[in-house]
Amino acid sequence: MSNQSGWKPDMEKGATSPALDAPGLGGAVRGLVHEEPLLFEHGSKGRCGVSLPAPGAKAADDLPAALVRGGIEGLPELSELEVVRHFTRMSLWNHGIDTGFYPLGSCTMKYNPKSSEALARLPGFAGLHPLAPAEHAQGALELMYALERALSEIAGMDVTTLNPAAGAHGELTGMMVIRAWHAAHGNPRKKVLIPDTAHGTNPASAALNGYACVQLASGADGRLHPDTVAAAMDDDVAAIMITNPNTLGLFESDIAEIARIVHARGGLVYGDGANMNALLGNARPGDMGFDVIQYNLHKTFATPHGGGGPGSGPVAVKATLAPFLPLPVVVKEGEQYRLVTDPKERPRTIGRIHGFHGNFGMMVRAWAYLRELGPEGLKATSDLAVLNANYVRASLQGDYNLPYQTDSLHEVVFDDTAQKEAGVTTMDVAKRLIDHGFHPPTIYFPLVVHGAIMIEPTETESKETIDAFVAALKAIAEEANRDPEALKASPSKPFRARLDETRAARKPVLRWTPGMKV
Amino acid sequence: MTIPDDLKYTKDHEWARPKGARVLVGITDFAQDQLGDVVFVELPAVGDEVKKGESFGVVESTKAVSELFAPISGKVVEVNDPLVEAPENINEDPYEEGWMIAIEPSDPKELTELLDAKAYKAHVDEQG
Repeated sequence: MSNQSGWKPDMEKGATSPALDAPGLGGAVRGLVHEEPLLFEHGSKGRCGVSLPAPGAKAADDLPAALVRGGIEGLPELSELEVVRHFTRMSLWNHGIDTGFYPLGSCTMKYNPKSSEALARLPGFAGLHPLAPAEHAQGALELMYALERALSEIAGMDVTTLNPAAGAHGELTGMMVIRAWHAAHGNPRKKVLIPDTAHGTNPASAALNGYACVQLASGADGRLHPDTVAAAMDDDVAAIMITNPNTLGLFESDIAEIARIVHARGGLVYGDGANMNALLGNARPGDMGFDVIQYNLHKTFATPHGGGGPGSGPVAVKATLAPFLPLPVVVKEGEQYRLVTDPKERPRTIGRIHGFHGNFGMMVRAWAYLRELGPEGLKATSDLAVLNANYVRASLQGDYNLPYQTDSLHEVVFDDTAQKEAGVTTMDVAKRLIDHGFHPPTIYFPLVVHGAIMIEPTETESKETIDAFVAALKAIAEEANRDPEALKASPSKPFRARLDETRAARKPVLRWTPGMKV
Repeated sequence: MTIPDDLKYTKDHEWARPKGARVLVGITDFAQDQLGDVVFVELPAVGDEVKKGESFGVVESTKAVSELFAPISGKVVEVNDPLVEAPENINEDPYEEGWMIAIEPSDPKELTELLDAKAYKAHVDEQG
């Protein structure tokens, strides 16, 4: 077993490390892990990783002398092997879906199939120049066209733009389209209604479009009630932004009535599609009364996520909003595909919101995923995602408090009320999960639940993994009663023990300087 | 948890302290305890108008970002600038060092609409 002496870096001295040698319930042990200095602290004066031919004429001779720097002090000087080891070791400190369970609520951290990766790397896709003429890019345009059709159908909408780079960018785009639609009807309006269980980026997307946000309180059952919407709805309201299922994982069962109330006063209904994994193949936002919804391909359609991206946030709309969508748009003419880029062809477009075609590599992965699963597979995806979340809910409801008893879909929100007496908080529970070998779930969100623990297992985890995760959370609940102090000192196994998050936020050190002590 | 008798309170956990022609405003001990360690605070500028019940700033802790709601309408006449560098004052001394803004009320009668210490305590107990 490694590290029998219990060596720790200086900053962790004094922290306790109980049961360092026992694997956690997710199998976590500390392996052959190295302390890793910064690149600047490695190497030796004069060492160089590459051998370059001596320059002939000095390149700098052609530049004005005033613009040439005489020398640069303090650049790292390392061999190639040192550089390789540095970055490889750093990568070993990382946690991703390929290393372990990652139940981050509202983030849909599902497995990204390697088959989708392989297809995105086909040279015809990966090597295609974004400025290639349409006749040389027919395959790529056909894929975009097919994906656009499929996403429109899955959302129950008429047309989809593939351009936005991520979910929040999709929200921004969707709200720009809504504003343009209202402006074309003579009045962009002033306000946007947003329930307190909506996704956190919604108010920012509305505000960036010049709208004032009006927060609506959800009911005691965690759902938005039609009365609340009716009371807030007036002719100044441009839209309501609703996440369905909401961030408590609850289906907004009054959505059709809410949409009717908003439409009756000339407003539009925006859907945040962050939680589409709960609905895929089972229910369609377009059928519920939504006018606009953004997808997150990096969540629902298993494209890389969280550092492995980029993301992709297509926006699907009803036909009345289609003329306002951003450019470019792929159209099919006979057997040929063409990219519409000229605003003269689409005079009401909001314009460009991304360079070239959007994040095309993500479109390839999403299309590959869609074709691999097919309609039955998509339905099975949301069926299993909901089943897994409800399995976690049923397994843990004796150990952690459920603030809302309403049936949940693809994620479940607990809180730390049951641990309160022992003085143990959600933060302590999350930190101890790391010792067991699990990435903590989303915590302290949604804000309507104090001390929220928001778990989204997704459909791609095995029963064994979910059982081990449940066992770990049960063990932590038991430990909270038996030895709360140990919990408060956790985690002890990872390379860095509990970090001082308050100090990091209050006194961030953002720049390294030679000789600095952290 | 302390709830000083001489202050007025909102249901959103702000306090108001009349001092001459001005009213000092901050957040309660209960609020700072629920938020956890405060790491950032955004306050209005001197001269801004605030409206009772509407947001006048933002307080951010390691757990959450929350809006601050004005207990009373009026003009901001002073801002506790040191809080920007030392947001921990809000946790350590919410009723004194942790004060946020001073308002010159446009309608001092609004003060009588706020909760007294006893009513605020009942409100907090209700929230658990």
